[in-house]
Amino acid sequence: MNLTIEKAKEFYSKMLLIRRFEEKCVELYSAQKIRGFLHLYIGEEAVAVGLADALSEDDAILATYREHGHALVRGISAKSVMAELYGKVDGCSRGRGGSMHLFDAKSRFYGGSAIVGGGLPLAVGMALADKMQNRKRVTVAIFGDGAVAEGEFHESLNLAALWELPILFVCENNQYAMGTALRYTESQTDIYKKAESYNIHAKQIDGMDVVKVAKAATRAVEDIKETSKPVFLECLTYRFRAHSMFDAELYREKAEVKEWKEKGPLVVFEERLKDAGLWSDLDLKAIEADIQNVIDEAVEFAENSELEPIEDLEKFVYSEVSNG
Amino acid sequence: MAETTYREAVRAAIDDAMSSDERVFLMGEDVGHYGGCYAVSMGLLEKFGEQRIIDTPLSESTFTGAGIGAALNGMRPIVEIMTVNFSLLALDQIMNNAATLLHMSGGQFNVPLVIRMATGGGKQLGAQHSHSLEGWFAHIPGLKILTPATVQDAYDMVGLALKDPNPVLVFENALLYNDKGELDTSAKPLPIGKAKIEKEGKDVTILTYGISLFKSLEAAQTLAEEGINAEVIDLRSLRPLDDETIMASIAKTHRVVIVDEGWKSGSLSAEIMARINEQAFYELDAPMARVCTAEVPLPYAKHLEDAALPQADKIVETVKKMVGVS
Repeated sequence: MNLTIEKAKEFYSKMLLIRRFEEKCVELYSAQKIRGFLHLYIGEEAVAVGLADALSEDDAILATYREHGHALVRGISAKSVMAELYGKVDGCSRGRGGSMHLFDAKSRFYGGSAIVGGGLPLAVGMALADKMQNRKRVTVAIFGDGAVAEGEFHESLNLAALWELPILFVCENNQYAMGTALRYTESQTDIYKKAESYNIHAKQIDGMDVVKVAKAATRAVEDIKETSKPVFLECLTYRFRAHSMFDAELYREKAEVKEWKEKGPLVVFEERLKDAGLWSDLDLKAIEADIQNVIDEAVEFAENSELEPIEDLEKFVYSEVSNG
Repeated sequence: MAETTYREAVRAAIDDAMSSDERVFLMGEDVGHYGGCYAVSMGLLEKFGEQRIIDTPLSESTFTGAGIGAALNGMRPIVEIMTVNFSLLALDQIMNNAATLLHMSGGQFNVPLVIRMATGGGKQLGAQHSHSLEGWFAHIPGLKILTPATVQDAYDMVGLALKDPNPVLVFENALLYNDKGELDTSAKPLPIGKAKIEKEGKDVTILTYGISLFKSLEAAQTLAEEGINAEVIDLRSLRPLDDETIMASIAKTHRVVIVDEGWKSGSLSAEIMARINEQAFYELDAPMARVCTAEVPLPYAKHLEDAALPQADKIVETVKKMVGVS
C-alpha cells in the first residue's frame, strides 16, 4: 500500500477520533450521563480503521457490543452515536439500543450485538441472500476471541465454507474473553487455524498496525468478490482498558498492559509515518482540534436531543410495513 | 374445494408462495433430498432446485440465524425446524435476534421470517420429541405464534406468515399431518390474531388450539348428548390472542374451560385465565377450569402418554363438574 499524506491523515484522524470519543465516554460515564454497559475499544482502533478502508458502501457490517469504533468509521456520525449513548431519540437506534446496540440502515450497519457469537449466523444469512440475488457485496462479521468458544462460531464457519458465501470473518483477538485469557479456554489459541480446518482461507495478522490491517482486509475483500468464498482474518490486538466499566481488571499484570501499550496502534502508526517521512507533514494540532470540535458538538447535540416520548414505548415491537 | 391432507396443504402453501415470489426459499434439516422428515417438502427440490430448497446440517441455531440474516437482507425465508424440542437450540436466535432487532434498532430492521416446526405428543416419541412448547414462544413480544389445526388453516397460515413483515412461528402438530379436510386455496384467509368459533354453544366455552381442537369438538359432541351445549373456539393464534372473541363468548356462556397441550404451570392457559380475570371476571358463573398435559416429561409407554395428554373424556369430565352434572 502506498501511503499518501491524504491516506495517512485519514487513518490517523479516524484512529484518534475513536480514541478521543471513547475517552470522552469514560468521562461522561463517570458523570453518569452514559449508563448501562460500556465496553471500550481503546487499543484496538487499527482494526476498525484498517477494515473500514477496505469496504465499499454496499458492504454490510455486523459487529459486537464493543462497536463504537466500527460505527464511527463506518460513517455513523459521532452525534448520532453519542445521542444513542445518552438514550436520546436522535441516537442511531432512537435510544432503544444503547452502547451495545448501535444500528444504522443507511450505512448497512447491522449491530451492535451483545450475545457473544450471536451475530455470526446472521452474517451467514445476509451473505446467503446476496448470493441468491447475485449481488456482489461482502458481509463483514466482526467478533472477539471469546466467540470462538461458542457453537455458533463453528456452525457458521461450516456453513459459510460449505455454501461458499461472501463473508469476511474478522476476529479481533484481544487475548481475553471478558477477564479470562484465551489460554485458559481454548485448546488451540491460534484462532485462524480453526478457520483453516473448515477449508476457509485464513490469516493471522498484526492488528495493531492500521496499514497491515487495511492491506490484508483489501486483499480479502477482493478475494471474496472474485471467488464468492469466505475469508478469515485473525487480528492480534489488545484492549488497553478493562472489559467494561464494571471490571476491576484483576486478571492481568500491569506490565503486560504496558508492554502492549508500547505497541499501540497510534504509536505504531507514528513510527510508520516517520519512516515514510510523512510524520512532520501531519498537522497534529489541526487534527486534534478538529476531533475535539467533533466531540464537543456530539456532546452538545446529545445533551440537547429529546427523549423519546413514553407514549411511544411500545412502538417498533411489531412492524406494520413490509420491507419490499 | 378439494379434499387434501394437512401435510399437502402446508406443501401447497409453500409451493404457491415460492412460485409467486422469488424471494421465498425453504431451509432446514432433511427438507431437500430426503423430502422433509414429515414429508411436507416432498417434491419441492425437484421443482425449485437446490438453490431454493436448501438442506442444512444439524445446526439449528445457525440456520435459524441465517434465516434472520437473509430476511434482513431482502429474502423471505421459511426455516423448518424438525421438531419443537430442537428449536431450543435456536432459542437464542429466535429470542435475542428475531424478536428484538426491530425494537433495538429503533424501527430500522424488521425480520420477515417464517419458522415452521412440528409440535405435540401422542406418537410415543418420548420426552425429547413430544412436547408442546408453543406457549413459551407466545411469551415473547416481537414474535407472532400461529397454531393451525385445520387443513384450511395449514394452508392459509403459511401464506399469511410469509406476507407478514415480522418473525412468525408456525407450530404444526405432528399428529395432524395425515388429517384430511376440504381446502379452498382461493378463499380469503382469516387474518392472524383472529380466533374462530368452530361450534356455537351457550352453556360453556371451550378455548383450545391445535390438535386439542378435535378432542374438544369430540367432547362437545358427547356433552351435547347429555344436554350440555358447549361453544368450541379455535384460538388459531397464540400471539396475538383474540381477547375480543374470548370475552364475547364468555359473556354468552359464563363458563370457560381451556384445553392446552402445554403443562399447566406457567402455561398459555394460565395467561388466558389471567386475561379473563382482568377483563370478564363478573361474567363468570363458575371458577375457570383447564385441561393441560400432566406435569411430567412425556413418557414413552402409550397408556402413560395417553394419560398425560389432554383427552376428550377429561374435557367432558371437567365441563360436567363445572356445570354441576357429575
